[in-house]
Amino acid sequence: MSDLTREDLDLLRDTAARFFEEQLPVGSLRELRDERDETGFDRGRWREMAEMGWAGILIGEDDGGIDFGYTALGTIMEQSGRTLAASPLVSTVLLGAPLIASAGSTAQRERILSSVATGEQLLALAHEEGRRHAPHQVSTRAARHGNRFVINGSKTFVLDGHVADQFIVVARTDGEDNAPAGLSLFLVAADTPGIRCSRTTMVDGRNAANIEFEQVEIAADALVGAPERGFKVLEPVLDRARAGLAAEMLGTGLEAFDRTIEYLKVREQFGVKIGSFQALKHRAAEMYCEIELTRSATYAALAAIDADLAEVAELASVAKAKACEMIELVSNEAVQMHGGIGMTDEADIGLYLKRARVSQQILGDALYHRARYATLIGI
Amino acid sequence: MTIEEFRTETRAWLEQNCPAGMRTPMPDEERVWGGKAPVFKHPESKVWMERMVERGWTAPTWPREFGGGGLSHEQASVLTGEMRRLHCRPPLFSFGLGMLGPLLLDIGTQEQKQRYLPPIARGEIWWCQGYSEPGAGSDLANLQTRAEDQGDHYLVNGQKVWTSYAHQADWIFCLVRTDTTVKHAGISFLLFDMHSPGVEVRPIKLISGASAFCETFFDNVKVPKTQLIGEVNGGWAIAKQLLGHERAMISQLGARGAGRLPPLEDLARKFAGDENGRITDPVLRDSLARHLMNDRAFEQTSKRAMRGGDAGSGVASMLKYYGTEQNKRKLELLMKLAGSSGLGWSGEEFDDDELALCRYWLRSKGNSIEGGTSEVQLNVIAKRVLGLPD
Repeated sequence: MSDLTREDLDLLRDTAARFFEEQLPVGSLRELRDERDETGFDRGRWREMAEMGWAGILIGEDDGGIDFGYTALGTIMEQSGRTLAASPLVSTVLLGAPLIASAGSTAQRERILSSVATGEQLLALAHEEGRRHAPHQVSTRAARHGNRFVINGSKTFVLDGHVADQFIVVARTDGEDNAPAGLSLFLVAADTPGIRCSRTTMVDGRNAANIEFEQVEIAADALVGAPERGFKVLEPVLDRARAGLAAEMLGTGLEAFDRTIEYLKVREQFGVKIGSFQALKHRAAEMYCEIELTRSATYAALAAIDADLAEVAELASVAKAKACEMIELVSNEAVQMHGGIGMTDEADIGLYLKRARVSQQILGDALYHRARYATLIGI
Repeated sequence: MTIEEFRTETRAWLEQNCPAGMRTPMPDEERVWGGKAPVFKHPESKVWMERMVERGWTAPTWPREFGGGGLSHEQASVLTGEMRRLHCRPPLFSFGLGMLGPLLLDIGTQEQKQRYLPPIARGEIWWCQGYSEPGAGSDLANLQTRAEDQGDHYLVNGQKVWTSYAHQADWIFCLVRTDTTVKHAGISFLLFDMHSPGVEVRPIKLISGASAFCETFFDNVKVPKTQLIGEVNGGWAIAKQLLGHERAMISQLGARGAGRLPPLEDLARKFAGDENGRITDPVLRDSLARHLMNDRAFEQTSKRAMRGGDAGSGVASMLKYYGTEQNKRKLELLMKLAGSSGLGWSGEEFDDDELALCRYWLRSKGNSIEGGTSEVQLNVIAKRVLGLPD
């Protein structure tokens, strides 16, 4: 990984902040939503992001990326969260590419990674099957027939599923429906016969899909990594993505908070600024504490990934759990403190509430991560 | 010497010089506070303090000429880390080390530094702090204790309250009013001997049964003018600066845990674990995990604040607020885990952990009151960090 200095990261943050403010402000998400845009994000802007190296930020230089690491990506995610920018950062950069990079064959890496880095190819992880995040709970099966596999099953909450060129499908080649062992990963082209994809229209206006696999036949070389060992590949990538997503949530929470504090400073009732009321001041100060704790947990998790520390799993769960708790608090308080205006579609603050709830569910909510943390530390 | 060489040398020195008995969890009553009549409840605590004093490591970053260790901040943090690794007890507790010393280093005259700092580093003087008064709690600047200018000395009259360890302390650093016509700008900062004529101390019995706090009365106490720190009427800025240190110290409660109590996880296993040490009750397990995760995020936040070096009053307030509230939550959680076994006040029917838990639980209620209440901290954050209007 490239060694970035503090100054490099500051520069990256400023560049990202300017890009999202100018090119993908909150209004652009609103437009995508109102126009029921088919893609769900702006492909032109995604190409620009790729040109700046962001699509390949986690991809090694040999594979066509810039290999800046997770702290750098977190810096970008945080800024993208501020404007609720719709992009394939989570699906393709945080989830898809690292799976191929960490376990893909040479042929898969060559076919996928450099075209991801250039922004041409989009990936989606077809994993979840239930309502709540449950990484072992996979009943989609891949049966081996000679040198081919046949996949049957259905997936839900597949981020960017309807625009992805390739899916990484988590399917069971062995074991019970809830066992961590027996999972395998497959790289499957989205246009393979037998795949039916329906986009879900979600509350945050962003992209996800339900996907059915019916007798989907693929060659054995579609396996990503060793068969039955999929979870060993998947879990560390999920953890890294959790930390990256926490950074996006931090940005979203920060922006909702900043807008609310600004509102408290201008809105008048009873002849005074409402920000002078202690009932609101104390709640604002408590939000500030939760945001700072989330910031610490997120930065610590990202740094631990870059330093390849053994405690990444624990730190990723702390970061995601804190981000979920913080953003639930902040998004609710933001609407409340905006009063009636916070209930209108015209005010942006409601968009932050909506994105908050979706991002809480992606890759596990606070309840999930507390239970997982308890298991990780053996209590 | 590189930092790694320093680490190796420090580790070797600690391994050789920290007695085995000083590497065990420390009950509160075994703390060494120094002073003119020092008490060493644990037989090995005296030699441990003396060795650390000799090396200047009771005040690692102070200059050597004032009894310190002359270490850089990086070296000092290596020392702290190595002491934690070996579970070394802090050799000396003192408001002199954590509060008065740094202040004197910052604004004391050369003479004051030479006079007061070395005895602090050597643990020879037990300092207490005279801030709160019956009518000046959260509204500290309302303090009424008068110091009248008598030419070469001040005459101090008034009353302080919540003076920690005043009944055992040798000297006090004290906020006094030198101008009654203005509020904040009429406060000065004085040092004086608690054995001076006219000083009277009465310990206050608390809900926890302990009496670490006192009422302190001053009746015509003579204080030489050389014992004024900073400018006349310049005491409020000093008070705020010291409160910052105090808040930083109190905020570490949550991270450090309460003295003799074993770590939260261990107690949770003892009170509510199955034979494999797992907490099977899903609600308790969720509460425990949530608490431990917040501890971790808080510890990361404290570290980040220290690294950033810009721990302004807003950040200190955040750490004070969150750290103390977290400590209170921890003790409430432990009380839930312990059930009826946490309710013991005395006697053989409860073990030491259980009795200590009950006392710590009661004591923790003061954490969010002393050193500025939680409500005051939230006000500070709202004003200084968020810029919300008055």
